[in-house]
Amino acid sequence: MRNNEDKRMRQLLKEAVRPVEANAEPGRDLWPEVLRRLDEPAAQPELLQLPAWFDAALLAGLAAFVVVFPASIPLLVYYL
Amino acid sequence: MIDALELFRQGDLDAFESLFRRHQRAVYGWVLGIVRNAADAEEVTVESFWRIYQARAQFDPARNFNAWARRIATNAALDRLRLRRPESELRAEVASADGGDPAETAEIRVRTAAAFRRLPPKLRIAATLAVVEEHPHREIAAALGITVTAVKVRVFRALRMLRRDLERQGIRP
Repeated sequence: MRNNEDKRMRQLLKEAVRPVEANAEPGRDLWPEVLRRLDEPAAQPELLQLPAWFDAALLAGLAAFVVVFPASIPLLVYYL
Repeated sequence: MIDALELFRQGDLDAFESLFRRHQRAVYGWVLGIVRNAADAEEVTVESFWRIYQARAQFDPARNFNAWARRIATNAALDRLRLRRPESELRAEVASADGGDPAETAEIRVRTAAAFRRLPPKLRIAATLAVVEEHPHREIAAALGITVTAVKVRVFRALRMLRRDLERQGIRP
C-alpha cells in the first residue's frame, strides 16, 4: 500500500515538475562575470563569525545532552 | 590535466579559465536542475565558480574536479533556494506543462508543483535530483555531502510532506 502511494506520488511529481533539458547551456558567456566577481573586494560573510571555542562548546553541549537523554539520538539522526 | 589542476590550486587564472570552460556546462546543467530557472542558474554558476576559486587551496588535484565543483555548486544552489520565495517561481514551470489535459488533472499538477515549492530546500533538492532529474542516489549523496541512505530518507520525507500538503487541500494523490 505504502509502495503504491510512494509510486503514485513520484509519478505525480514527475508530471508536475518537468526535468530540465539534458544539454542545457548558459545563454551567455559567464567567464567575464566570474572575473568581475574575482576582482571585487572580498565581502564580509553575512553570518556572524563565531570563535572556534564556540563550536567546541556547542559540540560538547550536544554530546552531554545525548549522554543525559540517549532517547533523543533517533530524533537527532532524523533531523540531520 | 593534473598539471592544470595543480596550477589552478596555486591560483593560476589561465588554468582556472581552462577548467571553467571545460566544466561550466556541467555545473550549469546541474544547478539548473536544482533552481529550475535559467537566470538563477547563470547567477548560481558564477557564484559557484567564484567559490571554487576561493576554495582552490583545499582542492586535492588527485581527486575529481567535477565532483568537487558539483558539491560547491549544490551548496550555492541550496543557498539560492533558501533566499527565494516559493510563490515567485511557480508560474514559469507550470506554464511549461503540456496542455490538453482534463482540467482536474491540470489543477492537480498545479497544486502539486506549488506544494513542491513549499518543501524545505534540503528535502526539495533531494526530491528534485532523485525523482524529477533521476540522478543516481550515489551522485546526489556526493553532491550533498551525505550518505545514500540519508538521500533516500530525504526523498521519502519530501514525498510524505508533499502528500500531506495535497491531502490538506482535499486532493487524494
